[in-house]
Amino acid sequence: MTVFLTIVVIALFGITLWQMSKILKLSQAKIDNSQVANDKDNNLQGKLMLAFVIFLYVLMIYCFTQYNSYFLPESASEHGVDYDRLMLISMVLIMIVQILTQGLLHFFSYKYRGKKENKALFFADNDKLEFIWTIIPVIVLAGLIIYGLFTWTDIMNIDEEDGDPLIVELYAYQFDWRARYSGEDNELGKANVRFIEGINTLGLDVSDTYGKDDKITNELHLPVNRKVIFKMRSQDVLHSAYMPFFRAQMNVVPGMITEFAYTPTVTSEEMRNSEFMVEKVATINKIRREKSKKLVAAGDEALEEYTFEYYLLCNKICGVSHYNMQMKIIVESEEDYKAWLKTQPTFGEQLSAQASN
Amino acid sequence: MSVTQGDNHDHDHDDHGHHKETFITKYIFSQDHKMISKQYLITGLIMGIIGIAMSLLFRMQLAWPDHQFTIYEILLGKFGEDGVMDPGIYLALVTIHGTIMVFFVLTAGLSGTFSNLLIPLQIGARDMASGFLNMISYWLFFLSSIIMVLSLFAEAGPASAGWTIYPPLSALPQAIGGSGTGMTLWLVSMAIFIASSLLGSLNYVVTVINLRTKGMSMTRLPLTIWAFFVTAIIGIVSFPVLLSAALLLIMDRSFGTSFYLSDIYIQGEVLHNQGGSPVLFEHLFWFLGHPEVYIVLLPALGITSEIIATNARKPIFGYRAMVASILAIAFLSTIVWGHHMFVSGMNPFLGSVFTFTTLLIAIPSAVKAFNYITTLWKGNLQFNPAMLFSIGLVSTFITGGLTGIILGDSTLDINVHDTYFVVAHFHLVMGISALYGLFAGVYHWFPKMYGKMMNKNLGYVHFWVTAIGAYGVFFPMHFVGMAGLPRRYYTNSNFPYFDDLTDTNVLITVFAFIAAAGQLVFLYNFISSIFYGKKAVENPWKSNTLEWTTPVEHLHGNWPGEIPHVYRWPYDYSKTNENGEYVIAGQDFVSQIIPLQEGEEEMHH
Repeated sequence: MTVFLTIVVIALFGITLWQMSKILKLSQAKIDNSQVANDKDNNLQGKLMLAFVIFLYVLMIYCFTQYNSYFLPESASEHGVDYDRLMLISMVLIMIVQILTQGLLHFFSYKYRGKKENKALFFADNDKLEFIWTIIPVIVLAGLIIYGLFTWTDIMNIDEEDGDPLIVELYAYQFDWRARYSGEDNELGKANVRFIEGINTLGLDVSDTYGKDDKITNELHLPVNRKVIFKMRSQDVLHSAYMPFFRAQMNVVPGMITEFAYTPTVTSEEMRNSEFMVEKVATINKIRREKSKKLVAAGDEALEEYTFEYYLLCNKICGVSHYNMQMKIIVESEEDYKAWLKTQPTFGEQLSAQASN
Repeated sequence: MSVTQGDNHDHDHDDHGHHKETFITKYIFSQDHKMISKQYLITGLIMGIIGIAMSLLFRMQLAWPDHQFTIYEILLGKFGEDGVMDPGIYLALVTIHGTIMVFFVLTAGLSGTFSNLLIPLQIGARDMASGFLNMISYWLFFLSSIIMVLSLFAEAGPASAGWTIYPPLSALPQAIGGSGTGMTLWLVSMAIFIASSLLGSLNYVVTVINLRTKGMSMTRLPLTIWAFFVTAIIGIVSFPVLLSAALLLIMDRSFGTSFYLSDIYIQGEVLHNQGGSPVLFEHLFWFLGHPEVYIVLLPALGITSEIIATNARKPIFGYRAMVASILAIAFLSTIVWGHHMFVSGMNPFLGSVFTFTTLLIAIPSAVKAFNYITTLWKGNLQFNPAMLFSIGLVSTFITGGLTGIILGDSTLDINVHDTYFVVAHFHLVMGISALYGLFAGVYHWFPKMYGKMMNKNLGYVHFWVTAIGAYGVFFPMHFVGMAGLPRRYYTNSNFPYFDDLTDTNVLITVFAFIAAAGQLVFLYNFISSIFYGKKAVENPWKSNTLEWTTPVEHLHGNWPGEIPHVYRWPYDYSKTNENGEYVIAGQDFVSQIIPLQEGEEEMHH
């Protein structure tokens, strides 16, 4: 389909060129060499305007139908449902405006293409019209603003006292992530990059007892349906913790702690087995197999079969390996989560293990 | 409130061409606004070629990340060894592409060219208020361009922290190679650029306020002048803030201060910096950065207003609303910068405020778009290449502007922030739109600049190839962004989830090459028309504004005799008397210098 579209475009381009050269010859025959558009130009260009808006509509339809598998699957977090609804409303709205205004713009261009004998209408002002198209955007935007602001406040209002949220630190450095679980006390120990030494790579304050039971991991496991509050810390430059499947993103800023919170609602397992993801992964694996064939033929290793996992990626330019700064996220049942957490050593254990060596 | 040009000024210029002009004073250190405008245009175009060439290189990398291209080795040297692009140089290309296109092409190349050319000509002035400052302004711009180009040859690579140069990445050479000499040169270049821009802007403002000819009241100014005037004001308000931001960054980099740096551990070492905040830099940067979008766009909108009215043979619809929109956009543009920072870690309450102001800006923008469309309605459209580019601008302005409603909403921004959705949005709304404005301006005022006509058929080819190419590049890009693909990734192959986007990335790159090839047509047309173009007549587009009352041959001082007086607004196209006849029989336009005819009523706009 992509190839087809490319061919169509190139063909259209070719036709345009051919038409142009014809016009060029015709105009030379009449020795109209003023380089100012004449009726013939106006006629052709007006028609091309109409053709162009059709191209634009086809392009839009093509993108929405062919690329609909690009849209992210249904949100895997609680607030993401609101997010998706607001996105849908906004998207429908702007597409309506887009189709109408592009249509009018290009249709008028076609319809009123100039002719020598035509007369333009001297129409300089109309307060009523201008009022109408000022007030309509005002009302529509007011609606969007209000809806957006309510959702925004809900998402960004992070209350540690409300319910029993899990508190996790996301720690970013060039070019990887670490997660720090707050342990039994659900309280993160104090930390600063100035404490970084040896195995204490996150700079925990050894004298802070809250830190003793913290657990530092390189995968992010989250229990389903429990609110997580992320406290984010960066070791060196700006990073951004982007978790697209959870409609979550927050910059990670050296020198301060930033926060984001959400409640995951779909486990990794459920997401993997969802209709959308099964199809998507099948497509991806097909592509990967084809690529592997070429790679093997060239004597390289084949690509691994892809299975879906949630991921967190860095979304703020942070250095040469920015493009590969990722962390796996696993959403699982409370029991699985607890079982996994148990296997992870606490910071205190890590320290004493090192001391005994 | 119109001000008459001092009469004593006039007689100096009654005998033009008698000044002793050497090659150097005429073509190099010229103080004539028309020559300076040409210098801006040529420098801007050369920078544009560099900027676009860079984008082709990184588009190739994105489309075919596993492929080896010898061209990398030829152009990038050690950063493209064996035809493999170095990830650092990829970031540098992206960074310098952004810097060059935003500042050097679309700020200096567009606003510098046309403000200089049109302000004196359209308001009826002999020259800028200060020709000398104007000359300095250009040469500072030239110097900054040279330094920016030189920075490409820095040993460890040019600046590569993104065109927004967020510290700490841009402050620490340990964090990325480009933040060494490359970044220093970038900052020096930009500091000089800001000085140049300020000198230029002050000159534009003073000229518009003081040097309007008799009868040229503010409400009789062409919309181009309104746009340039307001652009200059927001430039004066916001550029100094960028200079401060850059100065503080220079201090952090070179003198050990901690304005933006705090608690950093890098390369096994704790830095001494404490108490600074990168968020402060983001605030300062975007306090310029957002108005900058409108510094780029408003001149293009002004140019289009003028060209659409002329070629529709109709007055621009809603002149007052257009002026009011320019003013509203300019005002709002200075209080929306925080929408670039919804997820920067600033207080979420601020996010609410910025969402509000940001979506407000959609209102004057919508008014402008509707007014353009109404101007076309029942017109007698003359499709000169400039007109095509103007219509193209309205089209991309709408497409790109609409996605702004999504990005300006703090909630929706969370998941599309810094993805290709943003890249698609701003390229359409400010990149492509402003470029179209630049092209429209060049096609329309080429006869005034060079006394020659550009070839219209090549112009048509240029437009259609560019129009298809631009949409082909940036429309599919939205969908890639909706998939959650971050920008500034050297390759996407480390995330198998993005594997199915490869075809689309190839498609985008193919369109980018088609669009770039179209620009070669323009270059050829531009250069060959300068030398071999058909000689222009005084008023080829039958336009009303004052620049078309000057002779084709350039004079220092613009008008051979006295400066003409102005008796009407510039949009009396197809104006008829009550009997349905044109005001001037057989002619569908009435120049601004023609007094009101008998029985004719002046429109009060």
